[in-house]
Amino acid sequence: MYLLLGWRNIWRTPRRTLVIMIAIIIGIWSMIFLGALMRGIADQMVRNSIATLTGHIQVYQKGFRNDPVIENSMQQTTPVTAKLKALLPPGASWTERVRVNAVAGNARHSAGITLVGIDPAREAKVSFIGQAVVQGRYLRPDDKYGVVVGRALVDKFETKLGRKLVLMSQGTDRDIASRAFRIVGVFRAEMEATEKQFAFITITSAQRMLKMNDSISEISVVLPDRKDVVPMVDTLKAAISSDEYEVYSWMDLLPLVTAILKLYDGSIFIWYLVVFIAMGFGIVNTTLMAVFERIREFGLLKALGMKPWWIIREVLTESCLILLMGMAIGTGLSYLSVLALSGSGIDLSAFAEGLEYFGMSRVIYPVIIARDMVLANLVVFVLGIVVSLYPATKAARFTVVRALAHT
Amino acid sequence: MNMVECIDITKSYQQGNVQVYALNGLSISVAESDFVALAGPSGSGKTTMLNIIGGLDSPDSGRVTVNGRTLNEMSQSELATMRLERIGFVFQAYNLVPVLSALENVEFVMLLQGVSSAERRDRAEAILDDVGLKDMYHRRPSELSGGQQQRVAVARAIVANPSIVLADEPTANLDSKTGDDLLILMKEMNENRGVTFIFSTHDKMVMEYARRLIEIRDGRVAFDHVREN
Repeated sequence: MYLLLGWRNIWRTPRRTLVIMIAIIIGIWSMIFLGALMRGIADQMVRNSIATLTGHIQVYQKGFRNDPVIENSMQQTTPVTAKLKALLPPGASWTERVRVNAVAGNARHSAGITLVGIDPAREAKVSFIGQAVVQGRYLRPDDKYGVVVGRALVDKFETKLGRKLVLMSQGTDRDIASRAFRIVGVFRAEMEATEKQFAFITITSAQRMLKMNDSISEISVVLPDRKDVVPMVDTLKAAISSDEYEVYSWMDLLPLVTAILKLYDGSIFIWYLVVFIAMGFGIVNTTLMAVFERIREFGLLKALGMKPWWIIREVLTESCLILLMGMAIGTGLSYLSVLALSGSGIDLSAFAEGLEYFGMSRVIYPVIIARDMVLANLVVFVLGIVVSLYPATKAARFTVVRALAHT
Repeated sequence: MNMVECIDITKSYQQGNVQVYALNGLSISVAESDFVALAGPSGSGKTTMLNIIGGLDSPDSGRVTVNGRTLNEMSQSELATMRLERIGFVFQAYNLVPVLSALENVEFVMLLQGVSSAERRDRAEAILDDVGLKDMYHRRPSELSGGQQQRVAVARAIVANPSIVLADEPTANLDSKTGDDLLILMKEMNENRGVTFIFSTHDKMVMEYARRLIEIRDGRVAFDHVREN
């Protein structure tokens, strides 16, 4: 009957109940939906970073990460690749790469770039480049002089498909190695900076140009599930000789992204609190009004033998019902909002240049996770009950005689 | 044993700079199963006396004993328990819970007592039948007349088998016919169930129903008369 009494009491003033419920709905919706947007931005940032030649795990020759010069390249790859074949789960992919700083130039322009030598078939399963070519074609294993460059670099160099591009870098003999390549494909990336930075040739062309024999710069691994990265890194570290090789997770390789993720986690919680503070004032105000309108009734309940704690419970039951309804509707709406945007996302192409400073994608896909939904609801429910304690305690403290005399 | 024993009760209120004595050394005792009217003009101290006997208010001095327990020595929680288990209240303004039906209002006290749902329902229906509201179980207070509401209040007051019912001007808001009916009902409850009734009134016609009439003036007993049957 307490529930029944609470339920009927909250509908004594339907307009007021609806107003506070709408405030809770908007609060919960904004908490979860904007939280999902922030998660989406963060998730996209991680995906982009992983797809942009980082992968989930990378293996280097010992010392290469601290001093990534061509002399520190990995000369013996078999001990590593044998372990990868044995230990990686089904669905995982890996590839070898040569990656060196280089200068690209044509008749009119030159710029510093990163020259990447790839195994075209394996690379397509590991990084973005396999699906990113928008003009011309992707590299073939036998492309001795083919290069794939980004759209932004093509525009900057005022060149086009089929034209020559000269690439220069330091070879293992410490001399400048240079070779002319022909642009066979143009790729697009999430970020313009990526399009300007990378030029892709086949790994054999890179090794030949730089006189590296069979040496490589890195092995990049992508797992079917990002959550398995840490245990797999531990497994690989245990299996591969640490005197010769180093194994890193994407979290080690992208410390800035990792820090931003932590910042997002913190800021989501702060956002929840900010929304709640605004909502909390509404809850206190409404509950206080409801309590003061019923002073006489609370006096009666005490006269009948209700103990103060029971009156607190009665008022809290009413707050609970309003909170639960608002939370259910708000959560449902936020879920539907995320669902509606899950296909097309929010297109922010107009602000692409500005977004790149923050490492954000052009299109944001909100990501809703159960933990955020539970946390938002928990914050609203627990703090909602806490702020309702004030009016509830007031109701319990009314003196019976004065309350009954109240008109 | 007396159901109520009040000895030398004083109670004063501050009105601006003036100390007003509502009760000024009042002493009364009420026997078990008695039907007592507290009479007197407005401001004489009737309601204050009922509030003190019911443990809703505390005296400045003096000793109050109800059903063998001294109220002065009890905590607020103990007083609440005693009100719940031993005392029924009927108020001038009915004071029913507006969002509950007649049946639910009567059930509510038993809910607080922890009576099971089925027993609550049976007892509430039986008592509403007794007070003549058989077809009105599910009506809310706003759908009942003043007399019907006061009958629900009486049903609520006696359903939990209290030792004593305190009624503060129960007929003041009712017309004389309805008031008469209510007093007859209260009298029946007193005679059939042995419940002690103490009610306040300043209506001479209502006083006629009382077996004992205590008139209070200026916070003291001015007249105490037991009617012979």
